Amino acid sequence: MNVALSTPVADTARPKLEVQKLDAWFGNVHAVKDISLGVDARSVLAIIGPSGCGKSTFVRCLNRMHELTPGARSEGRVLLDGEDVYAVDPVYLRRRVGMVFQRPNVFPTMSIRDNVVAGLRLNRVRADYEAIVERTLTQTALWDEVKDRLDASAIALSGGQQQRLCIARALAVEPEVLLMDEPASALDPIATAKIEELIDELKQQYTIVIVTHNMQQAIRISDKTAFFYMGVLIEHGTTQQLFTRPERRETEDYVTGKFG
Amino acid sequence: MDKGHTSREFDRELRTLRDRLLAMGGRAEEQIARAVQALVKRDDTIAQAVIDADATIDQDEIGIDELAFLILARRQPVASDLRFVMLALKVVTDLERIGDLAVNIAKRVRDLMRFPLSPMQDRIELLAERVLGAVQLALDAFVHGDAERAEKVIDGDVDIDALNMHVIADVISGGDVNDAHTVARALALSSVSRYLERIGDHATNIAEMVIYFVRGRDVRHHWPRPRG
Repeated sequence: MNVALSTPVADTARPKLEVQKLDAWFGNVHAVKDISLGVDARSVLAIIGPSGCGKSTFVRCLNRMHELTPGARSEGRVLLDGEDVYAVDPVYLRRRVGMVFQRPNVFPTMSIRDNVVAGLRLNRVRADYEAIVERTLTQTALWDEVKDRLDASAIALSGGQQQRLCIARALAVEPEVLLMDEPASALDPIATAKIEELIDELKQQYTIVIVTHNMQQAIRISDKTAFFYMGVLIEHGTTQQLFTRPERRETEDYVTGKFG
Repeated sequence: MDKGHTSREFDRELRTLRDRLLAMGGRAEEQIARAVQALVKRDDTIAQAVIDADATIDQDEIGIDELAFLILARRQPVASDLRFVMLALKVVTDLERIGDLAVNIAKRVRDLMRFPLSPMQDRIELLAERVLGAVQLALDAFVHGDAERAEKVIDGDVDIDALNMHVIADVISGGDVNDAHTVARALALSSVSRYLERIGDHATNIAEMVIYFVRGRDVRHHWPRPRG
């Protein structure tokens, strides 16, 4: 496990994100068990596994959202550029580690423009908001579609557009890592393709960890894949290796659809 | 494929693909055996039967390609399932080519029957036996998913190549170049030898795909061969 085979991403000495012996609980439920893995800078790590395997919980530990759930706790270390995320202010951390959720969660009472800069306003960041709106909407390939109606309500957008708006909002605070929890599962195939195209663009600049139930999506967009089962990391390797010749029987059974 | 897929229909599709490949392999093997029999017995009826039976193998190829294509489109297989479909798509081409080469041999047998028996007949029969053995072993390796057996096929190909070179060298040097009949016979015999050698190469290709399927490692064009 944790074998780095040929990877298209240039490995630097230290991974961008380094998880060491991470455990997470909801009350008495041990959801994430002793997980260690690294995520290279400017790469995409896909996390796959059946429902309830701990993949969302794992991701929510990376930006300390897990601890916001009543009764939830975690142990172990998560290092961002070598710095323990549990030793820094969580609000500052979440600016560096952004998150996109399964269902687009635009602020319904706000305009498209205000949605993009909501995080900046919340953090009282002084900046050229107009420039940031244009940059992030261009990055998410939304600019041409919405530039003439920036003051329109965000809920007038389609589901796929709303999700790209949420990604633009996450990018506005200039994060280094983007966590995505099934960002395309509520979208149609065209909108999904746009999100995947966007992820491919974003990884030039950002480190991305994406939870997905769609194995074909993991194959298309990720450099490395981690397979979780019952809170345990079963296998972690290059996506190509994991989907063509997995090392572990459990991985083989899961990816080929022989589970249960 | 010891543990079934959640989708039993997917299991059925893979099983059908495997069964069709095996049936086609059996037919290809039978075609070589009969072509060799026609050569040994100098039997025109058998030679003609080989030529006639080739259409079935061609149809096998089309059917297997269609099914593999359907599985790729419908299931987007990964891991061992993907390797199996890849194996099917590659092996089907080798089997079809083996069928064609058996027909070529049968046609040359009909040419050879016009001439007296060549003194090289024994050696070419030995080559034919080795080649048939290689194809049988390759198909056996496929049936049992046995990479060790597949390695034996690959190892044995050197001997087949050497035998072929031997036959061709002897055929060319042994005859009277001024006798048109001897020259025609030599050409037909060296063709048969080369066809047999090519069948040996296809057996090697099949063996390489079996190793790829079993171990997930591509051993084509590697020298020395990676092991284990």
